[in-house]
Amino acid sequence: MSHDGTTNRPDIERPESVYFFGTCLVDLFYPEAGMAGMELLKAQGVRVVFPQGQSCCGQPAYNSGYREEALKVARAQLDYFPGDWPIVVPSGSCAGMMSKHWPDLFKGEPDEARARQVASRVWELTQFLVQVLKVKFEDQGPPVKITWHASCHAQREMGVTDEPKALLRQLANVELVELQREKECCGFGGTFAVRHPEISAAMVGDKVADIENTGAKAVVSGDCGCLMNISGALEGGKKPVRGVHIAQFLKERTHG
Amino acid sequence: MGETSINFAKASSAALQDQQLRGNFRRAMDGLMSKRAVQFADTAEWNGVRTLGASVRLRALSKLPELLEKLEANCTKNGIQVHWASTTDEANAIVLSIMQRVNAKLVVKGKSMVSEEMHLNAFLEKHGIESLESDLGEYIVQLDEAMPSHIIMPAIHMNTKQIAHLFKQKIKEAEYTEDVAQLTDLARRVLRKKFATADVGISGVNMAVAETGTLCLVENEGNGRMSTTVPPVHIAVMGLEKVVEKLEDVPPVISLLTRSATAQPITTYVNMISSPRKEGEKDGPNEIHLVILDNGRSGIYADEELRNTLRCIRCGACMNHCPVYTKVGGHAYQAPYPGPIGSILMPQVEGLEKRGELPHACTMCNACVEICPVKIPIVEIMGRLRSEAVHPGDAVRGAGSHASKAEAMVWKGWSMTYASPLAYQFATALLAKLGNAAPASLPLLKEWTNVRAKPRFANRTLHALAREKGIPDV
Ligand code: SF4
Repeated sequence: MSHDGTTNRPDIERPESVYFFGTCLVDLFYPEAGMAGMELLKAQGVRVVFPQGQSCCGQPAYNSGYREEALKVARAQLDYFPGDWPIVVPSGSCAGMMSKHWPDLFKGEPDEARARQVASRVWELTQFLVQVLKVKFEDQGPPVKITWHASCHAQREMGVTDEPKALLRQLANVELVELQREKECCGFGGTFAVRHPEISAAMVGDKVADIENTGAKAVVSGDCGCLMNISGALEGGKKPVRGVHIAQFLKERTHG
Repeated sequence: MGETSINFAKASSAALQDQQLRGNFRRAMDGLMSKRAVQFADTAEWNGVRTLGASVRLRALSKLPELLEKLEANCTKNGIQVHWASTTDEANAIVLSIMQRVNAKLVVKGKSMVSEEMHLNAFLEKHGIESLESDLGEYIVQLDEAMPSHIIMPAIHMNTKQIAHLFKQKIKEAEYTEDVAQLTDLARRVLRKKFATADVGISGVNMAVAETGTLCLVENEGNGRMSTTVPPVHIAVMGLEKVVEKLEDVPPVISLLTRSATAQPITTYVNMISSPRKEGEKDGPNEIHLVILDNGRSGIYADEELRNTLRCIRCGACMNHCPVYTKVGGHAYQAPYPGPIGSILMPQVEGLEKRGELPHACTMCNACVEICPVKIPIVEIMGRLRSEAVHPGDAVRGAGSHASKAEAMVWKGWSMTYASPLAYQFATALLAKLGNAAPASLPLLKEWTNVRAKPRFANRTLHALAREKGIPDV
């Protein structure tokens, strides 16, 4: 993968089974988004495996400078994804950590080759739905106006830019209004939000203003970190806009 | 954190309160971003020229010692006197000794970030030498007794009104006007007089060509050309990384530089300086000196990963696209180089004791990496520096200086829990049951809830839901 954020991954065959990596934020705060992600995959006739031993990709420690601790947690994940199946992740940030940073993290370690092998099988959920499963959704919901927030790591590490919007555009009754600063960071940044609360607040403030300007009823995102930050700020500021994970939104619209 | 450490959080907090400042930056950076996007609208062309630019810089760095020797030899052959300085103090002393030898009282300066790094103006002033900035932006911040807030547009934090007031206050013959042309004209008149009487001209260097001993200088206002040709002595200062191998390396880098910085296809002036005035020539200085500054750079060079920092061509695009810089402005970094590049360069040059907070002035959104015309993995280096700050080592000066036993324990505990499925499931089940009872006044939660609702733990974790719904485990 290159630094300009393009993935250019080779096409793969539609698999019979996939692993689902839930991520620690989804696990604790947005399990319904995780379940929705798995159901979307199942609805395409794919068998979904959720290894109960999984916990976290190691990103929080890695980004804080504690690489040994990150390595320990990342290493613990390797055992739970033994098959050759793709690993689908409902978060661009964790997918980016696994596919882009694990190879560096494991460099020189005895299990480097295994880590690389696992990393190469990681897909961000919307990327997998579009590129591999080539899904076609039929909208069952009432008309609604929404907007899309692009996660930094999804777009710049995983190279996922058009896929989520392409999925949303498949929904006939959904009007997608793009943000003026779609690509700008919401100010979450893991520990950044608590290390620099005032800057983070200013950043999410700009994001909320941008969202409000669209007149959308909901802001959809593919990353629970961003979602927690943005919907927290929307709620804290008593704005009548709801933040929702794209998996959950797609599931709501297509399964009634 | 050491006593001398610079407090980014405090300085940025002040900047965030300043609505005028925030407005000035938001507007200016939005403008720069959209103009740059037009310059590189053709993705294929961007990828091509960027790969070329990065490879020019990489090739130069891969043989840096050899190229520096070549540069010295060829400059000397051309009549340019080369001086080496390992610290900013040494560089200042070299500049001063040249001044004293020619008995200089007045210096005009073109824009130079290295001279900012050296705090050269303050140093010269201490020795009774007047040093006048001749780049309009630099001139404005000098009048304001401030630091540049951007490496390309030093006074970008000010709007026309503020500049009008400043001129009225600081320039004797000034009438109050908000007319940009008149303001520029006024500055030009003041500076013209100084150019004519200056004893020495100081400039930076955008690139130095090893093969030919040529100093390249890019600028828009003509002041650089004036500073390097009118006074009888010209002193150029540069960081040792600024060398490139051949003349043909110059055009692609300049094209990337100007288009990334100000979205200009090319600047008004590209000066190529190759020797002092020769017999029969009508202009040019009699003496040219090149001061090559190390100031920690050879240490950066020694580490293969950190070395990438030295690829930088100082275009400032990373600042323009940085969502943090856009909010707080350049002064919050309290450094000659602010923004993403400053956040990796300053800790390496001045040590992590003093600058260890800067690598954290970042959400790791990668906007800078996406935009950097020479593909510097800024965020990766940022991560490396975060790690160096908390672990003892010798790669970066001040490694381990931000180590905290308490923080280390927290991460140790975290990794033990998250690496063991049993411990993890126990901890998360507990959080799902009791997490929401945590009061919003808890340290980290308090910062979070200042502007946000408290995050709510779900009743059951995804692990639990998946088990209940019978999703296979293997
Ligand atoms: S790091 Fe890259 S974008 Fe930033 S100033 Fe240097 S060359 Fe320009």
